[in-house]
Amino acid sequence: MMTMANKLSVILVAILAVPSFAIGQQAESHAAKFNGHEGAGKQLYYRYCWGCHGFRGDGNGENAPYLNPLPRNFVAATFKCRSTPTGTLPTDQDLYNAINRGFNTTNMPSWITLTDQNRTDLISFIKTFSPRWKNEKPGDVINIPPESKLTVESIKHGQEVFQKLECWKCHGQEGRGDGPSASTLTDSNDQPIRPYNFSVGSRFKCGVTNQDLYKIFMTGLDGTPMPSFADTMKPEDAWDLVHFLRTLQVYLKTPELALWQTTKEGAEQIAARRVSGTATGSGIKQ
Amino acid sequence: MRTRLAYIGAFTALAVLTIAVARPSGGSVSGKVTYEGTPAKQKPIDMSKEPSCAKQYSTPPTTETVVTGPGNTLENVIVYISAGAPDESSAPAQAVKFDQKGCRYIPHVLALHVNQPLEVVNDDQTSHNIHPLAKVNHEWNKSQPPGAPPIVEKFEKPEFIPVKCNVHPWMHGTFAVLKTSHYGISHDGGAFTLPNLPTGKYTITAWHEAYGEQNQDVTISGNETKTVNFVFKAKPY
Repeated sequence: MMTMANKLSVILVAILAVPSFAIGQQAESHAAKFNGHEGAGKQLYYRYCWGCHGFRGDGNGENAPYLNPLPRNFVAATFKCRSTPTGTLPTDQDLYNAINRGFNTTNMPSWITLTDQNRTDLISFIKTFSPRWKNEKPGDVINIPPESKLTVESIKHGQEVFQKLECWKCHGQEGRGDGPSASTLTDSNDQPIRPYNFSVGSRFKCGVTNQDLYKIFMTGLDGTPMPSFADTMKPEDAWDLVHFLRTLQVYLKTPELALWQTTKEGAEQIAARRVSGTATGSGIKQ
Repeated sequence: MRTRLAYIGAFTALAVLTIAVARPSGGSVSGKVTYEGTPAKQKPIDMSKEPSCAKQYSTPPTTETVVTGPGNTLENVIVYISAGAPDESSAPAQAVKFDQKGCRYIPHVLALHVNQPLEVVNDDQTSHNIHPLAKVNHEWNKSQPPGAPPIVEKFEKPEFIPVKCNVHPWMHGTFAVLKTSHYGISHDGGAFTLPNLPTGKYTITAWHEAYGEQNQDVTISGNETKTVNFVFKAKPY
């Protein structure tokens, strides 16, 4: 005859045992000089992450129906922000950076409040959701050559690249995310998704630096309509495009915008792109 | 002298054997794909946002989800051997070509062997992005501006992968990655043929983008040609 306390403890053990998948080998991850451990990561995942990313890591958490875009599905192992070519797995460092940074314009916050060790542990556990991590290695990190010199010519040439590669089809001629195809875009979950609007904000989905911007179009954002241009764009063209894209961020103080402002063409463009006056139009000078 | 004769004899025997093995055995399956019911009416595609493509057509082209021929025949059905195929492990080295022309995919449905190279070509004066929405294989997404070299890729696992161009939302097709090279795609008149089948028992599967798939078992012996027909139920929506 079991006592009440015994019975309770059996039930408790049974409940606690449910999330423990049979994993023979403990996965490790390595980012920023930390060694992550799956066991520790699991505890953290079922405290901080599963509300959105789901019990099974499939992005179907309790909060998922209220989120747009939907939480990442770790079972599919398709990741937006990578330093590796399109179609390949990201590095541990990429995932670590994503947890640190959070995702601009989504509901994923920055988890900088967790310790470095915690975040590395989480990566180890997240990698247990897809068998891809056991069968494959992350892709080779793409080579980013040193940034070319910022000149008026490089901005002008970047603008030509922007036209030639038809970035404007989705992002719009002024980079407002309102190109002719913008309204039709869907992500891999068949959910509508908006192209990045350069004219507002300073952060991209995958970082803030010029290197991050370079990486975004040379790796593509897998799972979204944003393709990789690695096969078709020369590195020098890519850097020129980075310089031009910075001038589309008309409210952000960057060296690119400052230089573009000094030219006649640039000053006109920037003035036209900035919204002036008030919402009612009363402040607009005639 | 004797040794020489023996050698010649051995070589001849070997040569005959090789020819016998290499020669494709004559069995084959052929048939017709038809539908019953009313298929959905295909809508004209509005390409006005892409003038370089729109001007290639005098009348707007229609969507290709359901392509029918005379006598209730159904096109773009992939008929393949889903069980019993003799070539599951050997992929042909010859690449399969996938063309983007007039802002449409040619062919609309494409079949290829696991690990067989796929060559994607852009014949248009506009940029396309090739985005196979793979679930079992790796999802990738590459841009291909006009004049760019062909993109060559492979898929490692069998899967029916929807492929689309995000820039031109009307462009969508299918990559059927199969474990066999014994497939046929029904064309004009809904006809298909699966040639060079050795004696054996096979499961033949017919797959259609909108109407799903059907299976039939067939046994081939010797050089016989078996007829296998498929009838799909068409839905008007």
